[in-house]
Amino acid sequence: MSILASSVLSGDRLSLARLLTCVENDVSEGREALDVLFTYTGKAHLIGITGAPGTGKSSLVNQIALSFRKLGKKVAIVAVDPSSPFTGGAVLGDRVRMRDLSGDPGVFIRSMASRGSLGGLAQATAGVVQVFDAAGFDIILIETVGAGQSEVDIARLAHTTLVVEAPGLGDEIQAIKAGILEIADILVINKADHAGTDSTERALRSMLDLAHPVQKIFHHHGQQQTAQVEPRPTNNSESAKELWIPPILKTVAPEAIGLPELIEAIQSHAASLQKSGEWLIRERARLSAEFDLIIQQTLLDKFHAFVPASHIDEVMDSVQNRKLSPREAATAMINLGGI
Amino acid sequence: MIERKIRVLIAKPGLDGHDRGAKVVARALRDAGMEVIYTGLRQTPEMISEAALQEDVDVVGLSILSGAHMALAPRILELLRANGQSHVKVFIGGIIPDEDAPALKEIGITGVYGPGASTEQIVMDIREAIAGVKA
Repeated sequence: MSILASSVLSGDRLSLARLLTCVENDVSEGREALDVLFTYTGKAHLIGITGAPGTGKSSLVNQIALSFRKLGKKVAIVAVDPSSPFTGGAVLGDRVRMRDLSGDPGVFIRSMASRGSLGGLAQATAGVVQVFDAAGFDIILIETVGAGQSEVDIARLAHTTLVVEAPGLGDEIQAIKAGILEIADILVINKADHAGTDSTERALRSMLDLAHPVQKIFHHHGQQQTAQVEPRPTNNSESAKELWIPPILKTVAPEAIGLPELIEAIQSHAASLQKSGEWLIRERARLSAEFDLIIQQTLLDKFHAFVPASHIDEVMDSVQNRKLSPREAATAMINLGGI
Repeated sequence: MIERKIRVLIAKPGLDGHDRGAKVVARALRDAGMEVIYTGLRQTPEMISEAALQEDVDVVGLSILSGAHMALAPRILELLRANGQSHVKVFIGGIIPDEDAPALKEIGITGVYGPGASTEQIVMDIREAIAGVKA
């Protein structure tokens, strides 16, 4: 067995941190360890927390972690922040809000930069989460800024997705953003001691009422990243009972107001997923998406190893001169390569 | 394989609350392509070494304006070593009297920067220190 993997399984935290780095950098040591550790995954409850900047996500994550610690659960936190598209660097500041968790051996916090990934999550986030799962963490909180496709990314990765709103941020428009409402398992209005909380709640509730409660099925068509939802038959009263309607909860994170209700909702959602079979269905979608991605990357790597860059340049010249279309060029090259 | 990023922890140990310098350096390092884990004010040496371990950083940057550097620096270095992180390079910025710099370097601090230090210099020094580790 990979030394790093066995150290992680035995509880060594330095090895865990080192392995996370290997996974982030996609080095062979990381890949080997992940292969070994995969057997030990599948036990953790993955909870995604997303929302616009300024909604107090990190403070909320801090409180959620504290609550689960009181229940005796081991908690890992993956906090993802965007990398600068120009410099490739990042300032990862989510730990600032999590001071309460320091010194607790049952907590592990890891900050990640998105490193050019278009969604809010880094490509390596799934691997990092798997390492924590194998290492025995019961709860894994994945925090990311809601931007672009990131809500879909996180909803695909997590069992339970929390979308955090805050009053007075142009709420009506926020609430109407369809992607958020379709993906949220739990809606949280944080900073609920601020003015505008009630109107935010009304806006969210009215949008929820308008939308049919739907079963979330993630289709993956190779490149396509959008989440499509299939409406459930509403004339079947039995299936209607099983449906999870996202609750709207109000919290004031720094004072832990609303936290017991939030924890209860999270646990209740997990139970609902297990009961309805959704837990396994979503896991399957996640694993299939990961599999597809690896196939894509591997084939692309093989292609580039086989076809010299100079040849591709020549072909791209022809494409840019409108001698042939990108599709014709690609098809010709793939046929040449015999892939 | 993905290009390896330099991960830097920036922390303010002790009780001083002036963080503008730390934030300026954090942004400069980000602009230089590094990943900066910024932990903010009032960090204890234990919190700093815990974060350094969890984040598997290459560099720890301490911002100390309180004059407590001769007490804090050895403690932090000791904790890093105890955690198996003796390879981590520690830099200190802030209000450090010139006469203390040699003593700090003696105990293992890689770089000491006073108020006039240029961020370009800090970036260069970090890259050089890391290159040394890799080699």
